[in-house]
Amino acid sequence: MWGIILPIPREKQMGRGRLQEIAILGKEKKAMVAMTRRAWLAMLGLAPVVGGLAAWAKHKNEEPTPQKLSPRERLQRDHLPNVELITHEGKKVRFYDNLVKDKKVVINFMYTNCGDGTCPITTANLVRLQTLLKGRVGRDIFFYSITLKPEEDTPAALGKYAKNHHVGPGWLFLTGKPEEIERLRRGLGFAYSDPAEDADKSNHVGMIRYGTEPLMFWGASPGMARPEHLLRVLLWEFDRPLPRKA
Amino acid sequence: MHLLKYHWPKLQRIAFRNRQEIIQAGLSRRELFKLGLITSAGYLVAKKGLSYWASLNAWASQGCNVGQCEPGCSPPTTPFVDPLPFPPILPERDVFTDPGFTFSPPTTQPNRAINPATGIPFEGRTQTHQFRDRFPPEKFFITRMRPNFNATFSDDATNLSRIGPQLVWGFNLGGAESSDVGRSPGPLVVARYGDPVLVRRFNELSMDTRGFGVPEVSTHHHNFHSGPDSDGGPCDPGTGGFSTDPLVQGRFFFIGQFYDYFHTMARAGFDTDQFRLTDGDIKETLTSTWYHDHRVDHTAENVYKGLAGQWFNFNDFDTGDETTGFRLPSFFPYPSFDLPLILTDKLFTPEGELCFDTFGLDGLIGDKFAVNGKIQPFFEVQRRRYRFRVLDGGPSRFYEFFLTNPNNLSQRIPFWAITTTDGNLLDDPIQVESVRLSVAERVDIIVDFEEIFRNTGARTIRLENRLEQTNGRGPTDKILRAGQGNFLLEFRIVGNAPATDNSLHPQQMINDARALGKACTFDPICTPPRPTDNAAAQEDRIRVTRTFRFERQNGQWAINQQFVDCTRFRFKVQRNTAERWILRNNSGGWQHPIHIHLEEFQMVRRNDRLIQLGDIEFGRKDVARLGFNEEIELLFRFRDFRGGWPMHCHNTIHEDHAMMLLFEVADVGDNLTNP
Repeated sequence: MWGIILPIPREKQMGRGRLQEIAILGKEKKAMVAMTRRAWLAMLGLAPVVGGLAAWAKHKNEEPTPQKLSPRERLQRDHLPNVELITHEGKKVRFYDNLVKDKKVVINFMYTNCGDGTCPITTANLVRLQTLLKGRVGRDIFFYSITLKPEEDTPAALGKYAKNHHVGPGWLFLTGKPEEIERLRRGLGFAYSDPAEDADKSNHVGMIRYGTEPLMFWGASPGMARPEHLLRVLLWEFDRPLPRKA
Repeated sequence: MHLLKYHWPKLQRIAFRNRQEIIQAGLSRRELFKLGLITSAGYLVAKKGLSYWASLNAWASQGCNVGQCEPGCSPPTTPFVDPLPFPPILPERDVFTDPGFTFSPPTTQPNRAINPATGIPFEGRTQTHQFRDRFPPEKFFITRMRPNFNATFSDDATNLSRIGPQLVWGFNLGGAESSDVGRSPGPLVVARYGDPVLVRRFNELSMDTRGFGVPEVSTHHHNFHSGPDSDGGPCDPGTGGFSTDPLVQGRFFFIGQFYDYFHTMARAGFDTDQFRLTDGDIKETLTSTWYHDHRVDHTAENVYKGLAGQWFNFNDFDTGDETTGFRLPSFFPYPSFDLPLILTDKLFTPEGELCFDTFGLDGLIGDKFAVNGKIQPFFEVQRRRYRFRVLDGGPSRFYEFFLTNPNNLSQRIPFWAITTTDGNLLDDPIQVESVRLSVAERVDIIVDFEEIFRNTGARTIRLENRLEQTNGRGPTDKILRAGQGNFLLEFRIVGNAPATDNSLHPQQMINDARALGKACTFDPICTPPRPTDNAAAQEDRIRVTRTFRFERQNGQWAINQQFVDCTRFRFKVQRNTAERWILRNNSGGWQHPIHIHLEEFQMVRRNDRLIQLGDIEFGRKDVARLGFNEEIELLFRFRDFRGGWPMHCHNTIHEDHAMMLLFEVADVGDNLTNP
């Protein structure tokens, strides 16, 4: 088959800032080895003047220069944070490690009392898709619906919502700490760049995001498009013939 | 090692102090970029003496994380150190002997036999080439899409130490050998009306993408009059029935497959009563087109990764030889005086890796400006006229480009536009000081460097984008002061005497045409008469008026409150009739370049303003710029081919977020007014 090695992020730390995360990645790879030639040159060349950049220099002295991240590590860090979530079945999971890593996934954001038309239609579309995908959801494709109102949407409330909508296995509704849900929402690209627009929950981004994590293929479709269209898009995405050696 | 030897002269110290003030004010490099204080080359613009070396500090230390892919985070580069490259011409291939053809000779029907080596059909195409019997192909080309892991955006040693060799996807010159690498921009395709063309494109991409790009492709010949089989659209309900099988959907094709694209090289109208005998309406002649990937939902990343190139179409009047026909600057021998300029903007991580945010919604704005694939190159020009075919290759930036004398910013330097912003000849050349291009728009300009040298005494002239744009939603519409924009390319005027120039001055062309009583300067390629509500011929008669509102609903793009649907056509146009389309932008603070496949349109109204002769938008176009809350009125003829085509936003990130609809052209049309 097609033999490419895709490195997997080594460490995902909960609740740490970006820089700390990178520093940890860097530390693991052993300081000096990790430092690129370019970084070395830059540091040496700037040595006489770094005094003015005290904070940065201090940081540099304490922590090794982080190594270049692989594209997959970069995607994980910036877009697929490994936050802790709780499923509608009450199970604790890590977003990256347990839900996304090495998987084909479909992700949307919703909340149970969302009356704006977007959530009901998108949920109905996903229910229809689950049927059209003929038992594949939970086997090789996974659906995740993440609440935008974690304060209100307890696992029990999400469980009830799932039951009311006849959601089948392989599709998880997820809640968690508000700040971590927020991190996830921003990472997954469900936030508007305009803060005023972003503050209005009834106007939340109604798309579904689909991805093949190990191959780093990510795309999005309107959650309110017809399920037949969404099915086509998902099959194009998830059933692409992989190159065979001649 | 230059850094080790580096001494710290006074200017640098001043620069550093100035820089420090800004750093102490708590502004990151990214914020500076947003404030317009820092430019793409890493120069700080507002305070004198804030130089490159000082900004290197910022890049290494301030505001940007490892791997961060945002404007202001790309490494600094020195501009104007690389000569402007020109893509080579795609060579013709012998269809009877070239191994790229002989294993499966190009047929009107697609070769759907299973290739035992791959387990999937040889060819990705599922539809028959329309009108191929009438226009048997005479020119055959092959190109192979390949990853190129050693593409450089600058070959200067210092720049290269910051932005090293990159992975791009490109088109090769058609050879099977591995030394024939994928190039971006792709090779220039040179075609001529009357010589039908067949291009076989192989998908030899790989799954190793380094984080963006999907290795299925559909190559669109942008604004050519092509059948659905060879248009290279995103998706089509007409292919593979309504099957969801990715192998029969028939638009994009997979690694290991090829796809034969056929172009009649006949003008639109060739299958109407009026123009059947002349193989189309000569007024519909197209000049500068381009090709680019159109993979549904992933177009932006694939084009950004390199899958685009230019295509020149010559004819008996626009001949490529400045001693004949319209006497425009010579194309042959290439490269000489008729040249492609593809503008793209890119982002690199602080470590110097080409990046693209596949999770972004707004559109991508780069902070490195490449022309023909090199960052801010220079070009030595002779003292004579040149024709440049300028293309905004996207993904999301709009340009308004000017010619700037860096040593005298107040000088105004006019040049001539000879086409609309879609590469179609204008009735008369227009003298301008700037041209605005939205994504995918093209303009052919004539720049007379002898005249500029005489008038200004300048040896150095830069192509400068002065349109402010701070995010992917669209430009702010503010025109920056000369020298405060983005320098794209530096022209260096060489020679102690004027160079030989057999091309005509555009004013001379206009005067000659007037003296001879011609209908337009580029007669007979004048703008066709507009369709009307009661014309005699059905292809000139407006059959229906349709209105399209481009809206945003919950962060998703909708057209008339409906979302993209690859499984059905939204409406049916009747073949060989005319229609009036009204496009409205109801999406608030966004601007959209709307592209409609198959046929050119003529814009008759922008808001309350009627478009009249002498306006650069008067003429045939295929991209309609839809500004904030604007409404435009377009007239179309839909001729010759049957099948399905899209209308979509060519901010490719908006396009990938489904700002698209599909329409069908059939023998019987519908009358939906708000489809």
